[in-house]
Amino acid sequence: MSKVKPSFWGLGLAALVVFPLIVTNPTWTTIGVFSLLFMACATSWNMFSGYSGYVSLGTGIFYGCGAYTMALVSEHAHMAGGEAQFWLVPLAGLVAMVVAVPVGAIALRVRRHTFVVITIALFFVFQLLAINASFTGGAAGISLPLIPWLFNYYNLPFYYVALGVVIFATLLSAAVRRSRFGLQLLAIRDDEDRALGLGVRVTAVKLTGFTLSAFAIGMSGALYAMFVGQIYPQFVFDPNFDITVALMAFLGGFGTLLGPLLGGLILEASQQYLTLYFSNSSLYLILFGVLFLLVILFMPQGIVPAVSKLWAGRGAKRDRESTAETVTNTAKGTVVEPTPAGAKP
Amino acid sequence: MVTLLEATGVSRSFGGVKALAGCSLSVEKGSITGLIGPNGSGKTTLFNVMTGYVKPDSGTVFFDGHDVTNARPNKIFALGVGRTFQLTRIFARITVIENMLVATQRDESWLRGLTRSKSSKSELDAAMEWLDFVGLSQLASLQAGSLSYGQRKLLELAYVLVADPDVILLDEPAGGVNLTLINEISDKILALNRDGKTFLIVEHNMEFVMKICHKVTVMHQGCDLVTGTPEEVRSNPAVLDAYLGSSDDEMEDATNG
Repeated sequence: MSKVKPSFWGLGLAALVVFPLIVTNPTWTTIGVFSLLFMACATSWNMFSGYSGYVSLGTGIFYGCGAYTMALVSEHAHMAGGEAQFWLVPLAGLVAMVVAVPVGAIALRVRRHTFVVITIALFFVFQLLAINASFTGGAAGISLPLIPWLFNYYNLPFYYVALGVVIFATLLSAAVRRSRFGLQLLAIRDDEDRALGLGVRVTAVKLTGFTLSAFAIGMSGALYAMFVGQIYPQFVFDPNFDITVALMAFLGGFGTLLGPLLGGLILEASQQYLTLYFSNSSLYLILFGVLFLLVILFMPQGIVPAVSKLWAGRGAKRDRESTAETVTNTAKGTVVEPTPAGAKP
Repeated sequence: MVTLLEATGVSRSFGGVKALAGCSLSVEKGSITGLIGPNGSGKTTLFNVMTGYVKPDSGTVFFDGHDVTNARPNKIFALGVGRTFQLTRIFARITVIENMLVATQRDESWLRGLTRSKSSKSELDAAMEWLDFVGLSQLASLQAGSLSYGQRKLLELAYVLVADPDVILLDEPAGGVNLTLINEISDKILALNRDGKTFLIVEHNMEFVMKICHKVTVMHQGCDLVTGTPEEVRSNPAVLDAYLGSSDDEMEDATNG
């Protein structure tokens, strides 16, 4: 799908790896950790919703379940705060996947707008459970064991584990895109009934995709809980999270590999930065409004498809001896979906 | 001759409308069977029942000895019944060749799809061969959404063929395409039939039906009215009545042949 050059990916990865070594200010590395968590979530969300067209706004369910897994297991196993807790991260991902099976089985029975509404409803069911159930500590939340790391070192392990989750989510998303399974998801996005009539087991394929996408989101939630050290139900089961993750993918490029990474980085980093430096002013909300307006007006498919189309157009202009039609440009033009993203719910 | 696909006494209502009222139809192996009838006589509903998209209220559907009455569309497809739709349906935002690959798996387990790549060499070759057959191989790497209507019809035919079904149900293959393409499509169907493929075709273009079908069933108000060779059907008074009873001008087509 993505014809972004391997060298570009290498460069991006290298930049992410060296970032906390060069910028050692904890304020900035904190922004880095949060950005990575959102990049992982947006990529993983896009792996199901972007490919299949089933826009889920229940992402917070998996994030919250991941966070609570980390918090509850650390608490009940009397773990000392520290590196050992990182072993719980994949466990939290697995718990999120287990939760995703019944959630998907219910929500995926319906399509389009109804699916979106059902995912929101199920999300609030989980939020209420977290607030009211006895084992979650209720609205008071749960404190995690204190991690006795030095102030200057604290962010570093989180940063690299989060980067690992981002790499995992990206590789998984790329592998899915290349597999027969991914092709089936794309076929479902374009015409589910037709795919069914061509032998695609749509129910199984959708549920598998939905469950797979929960893994990295659950892991991100667990890292978040461990990183902030104290969780509250309304912050780990946060409706804003559901919307933010979806917006990141739409901003960067729905259904593309690079798009959600870029969207997550841009949105989360700028939001953290703006809240830090213009706190209480809500200025960032105004700036976000402007940003979304610009993207919707000028690149409705998201940043990545728009830029790569521009790039392809420039390349075609350069070697114009063949009177190539615009059609061939689009064929060459990589990641793009020709229909406007506005056509999607 | 052996009956390959058979619907017996199929009924189906949508609210108060009886779309099918005890309709029976049999398709013999190696034949090209036509299914005609006025608009709203239940042809497409019968197609939907036979391919698993609509569950019948009563009646049975058998394919090659299997009871497929309540089977899901993917199961029926895996057994060897392919179909096209009246309003052509392709996957618009993936490439032409990827459209072809969606259909190649037929009975693969869904878990296998996770671990294998999009296509194997042999699947890709088969897909290109069928694209070549319908004359679209030049367009293989284009987005399918950029194809013209006629090209979409051919693509839909090609990706049904790539799974090598035993019987192919075509819903108005000649609808909305120009005369040259109609002839091209009928030539393709005849060529495939010579290689042993069985066809069931819904079509309003009588010339097309009379030219290629061995046997024609006429439907009227959800029932099968008459079945016979094209000549028999054309001269049957009940058929003329059925068409006269509707407000369509199809009677002219039917009588002129």
